[in-house]
Amino acid sequence: MERILTRWLDIPDIRRLDVYEANGGYQALRKALFDMKPEEIINEVKNSNLRGRGGAAFPTGTKWSFIPKDSKKPVYLCCNADESEPGTFANRYQLEFDPHQVLEGILIACRAVNAHVAYMYFRGEFTHQKRTVEGAIAEARAKGYIGKNIMGSGFDVEIYTHRGAGAYICGEETGLLESLEGKRAYPRNRPPFPAIQGAFGCPTVVNNVETLSNVPWIIKKGADWYRSIGPEKSPGPKLFCLSGHVNKPGLYELPMGFPLKDLIYDVGGGISDGRKLKAVIPGGASFPPFTAEEAEKVMMDFDSVRAAGSLMGTAGVMVMHDDTCMVDVLRTIAHFFHHESCGQCTPCREGCGWIEKLMIDMEAGRGKVSDLDVMLNVASNMEGNTICVLADSLAMPTRGFITKFRSEFEDHVRLGRCPFRDRDGRLAPPAHAAYQEGDHA
Amino acid sequence: MPETRKPKFSEQALREFEELLTHYPTRQAALLPTLWIAQREFGWVGEETQAYVADLLGLPYSHVKAVVTFYPMFHRKPVGKYLLDVCTNLSCRLRGADRIVNCIRRRLGIEIDETTKDGKFTLGVAECLASCGTAPMLQLNQDRFYENLTEESILKLIDELSKRDD
Ligand SMILES: Cc1cc2nc3c(=O)[nH]c(=O)nc-3n(C[C@H](O)[C@H](O)[C@H](O)COP(=O)(O)O)c2cc1C
Ligand code: SF4
Repeated sequence: MERILTRWLDIPDIRRLDVYEANGGYQALRKALFDMKPEEIINEVKNSNLRGRGGAAFPTGTKWSFIPKDSKKPVYLCCNADESEPGTFANRYQLEFDPHQVLEGILIACRAVNAHVAYMYFRGEFTHQKRTVEGAIAEARAKGYIGKNIMGSGFDVEIYTHRGAGAYICGEETGLLESLEGKRAYPRNRPPFPAIQGAFGCPTVVNNVETLSNVPWIIKKGADWYRSIGPEKSPGPKLFCLSGHVNKPGLYELPMGFPLKDLIYDVGGGISDGRKLKAVIPGGASFPPFTAEEAEKVMMDFDSVRAAGSLMGTAGVMVMHDDTCMVDVLRTIAHFFHHESCGQCTPCREGCGWIEKLMIDMEAGRGKVSDLDVMLNVASNMEGNTICVLADSLAMPTRGFITKFRSEFEDHVRLGRCPFRDRDGRLAPPAHAAYQEGDHA
Repeated sequence: MPETRKPKFSEQALREFEELLTHYPTRQAALLPTLWIAQREFGWVGEETQAYVADLLGLPYSHVKAVVTFYPMFHRKPVGKYLLDVCTNLSCRLRGADRIVNCIRRRLGIEIDETTKDGKFTLGVAECLASCGTAPMLQLNQDRFYENLTEESILKLIDELSKRDD
């Protein structure tokens, strides 16, 4: 497959405007401004079956069509560059290596929903990425792609960057909006949905960096072309973030529907340290793992992963070999969600802390077998009972790990210690690191 | 840098602040970026600074404080000249983040969230920093990433930083 989202591997200087232009850059924007009506842009994106890459897989064209057509209030577009789901690192490279692609996507989306201001919300740690994008914005503004009367079309868009400060919940779209407004990032109750009352009380679209990066291609090459890549209902090129116990971790662009086992064994070079696969989380820490046996059969697209009992989320594929303690893994995940729960909802605030505590105890050999049922019970009380789905994001892996690896949890109780503990290094040592792209020295 | 004097932005920072206000329909929305300027100017965001920012934006002090305490990247006490945030989330943990943390603890003689006596180094741990493919990793001073860390490379980095401008 031709590379589309990771063109920097073929064209190293694509981050520069002149190089981006020389490779067809901003042609899609020209087409969207001069040859298409906003309605036609939305229809093309709808027909492409593009689904959001930020985790929820919502159809992008449909989301845009919810924006009122004759809004008296201004319409805003927010590009979600908060990328904080553990195991996920695609947006980060896109922003560093091909910033104009996402800017072009933002501009086309603004045209589609008639927004004149776009905010890019960066996680606080994306200092370098934000600087790179600000450089690209300045270049694009100087060339007339951003600002007033873009390319002489009479259409205006300003793009502003906004920096968070280290809270995962800012990635949740309504948490993001609260944070943009200068508040604690407490997610909002819905309805009203952001399309009606988003940023500053106005209609707002929130889209992920990778989602928006697909848009110029859909406009340039058409919805039919796009739908022909991967499965019809969940199509397109996809960025897979491969990490953990594989020989070649890194970011890989592959068609949707790519077999998980080929991702791990061919693309990823197999399991590190000559070991065997034990578990793999397919979509970031929020989702249930697959066992080695299950992983054999899964295709990596939204519908197939769901049918197999997990979710593809952000395609953060975390691989664990057979020397990995599942109690320690679940404890690590529980710690994360406990740390990141915003605390508004009791089932989330208390539930995350409770699961973390039981996992710490079990890892230390102080657990009881009945704790497992307590955790499953806590998990079901967390699901569907809260303002946002962060609570579900711990409930799902909790249930997944306990049901799929129950005997390992029970071993901890029976032995009164972690069976992996007294070996040196506990979790197998890092073998090597093949992927150097990211070292922006 | 104790807050001995009343904090005040430099000319350059004030210009940036004025520009920021034009980006948003409300003054409140400029709060996070203004706090970032404050942290850059003063190194941390203590109560005096929070009050100064509240004045600049015409916001209640209580609101500014509520926001600062929500976001972990704002320092409410001074940190060392070199802040090392080591990711300890799952992908880094699977590839030896623990050994990186322990190596720094031993080398600097400090625990997590502590600063060396000479004020040079602070050791922090971070949640996933979007570098799982190049794990284990750390972020220096909330800016540059150091990836594919080994015990040798972390010791070398600490040595280099120790020697810088003394
Ligand atoms: C706890 C939580 C964290 C999230 N973090 C992110 C994130 O870092 N980046 C992102 O794009 N979406 C994140 N999302 C999903 C957003 O709420 C939203 O669905 C997404 O940005 C929409 O963009 P898309 O339709 O282009 O995928 C998160 C959701 C939840 C519940
Ligand atoms: S579910 Fe958790 S993170 Fe989401 S709003 Fe409730 S308390 Fe906050």
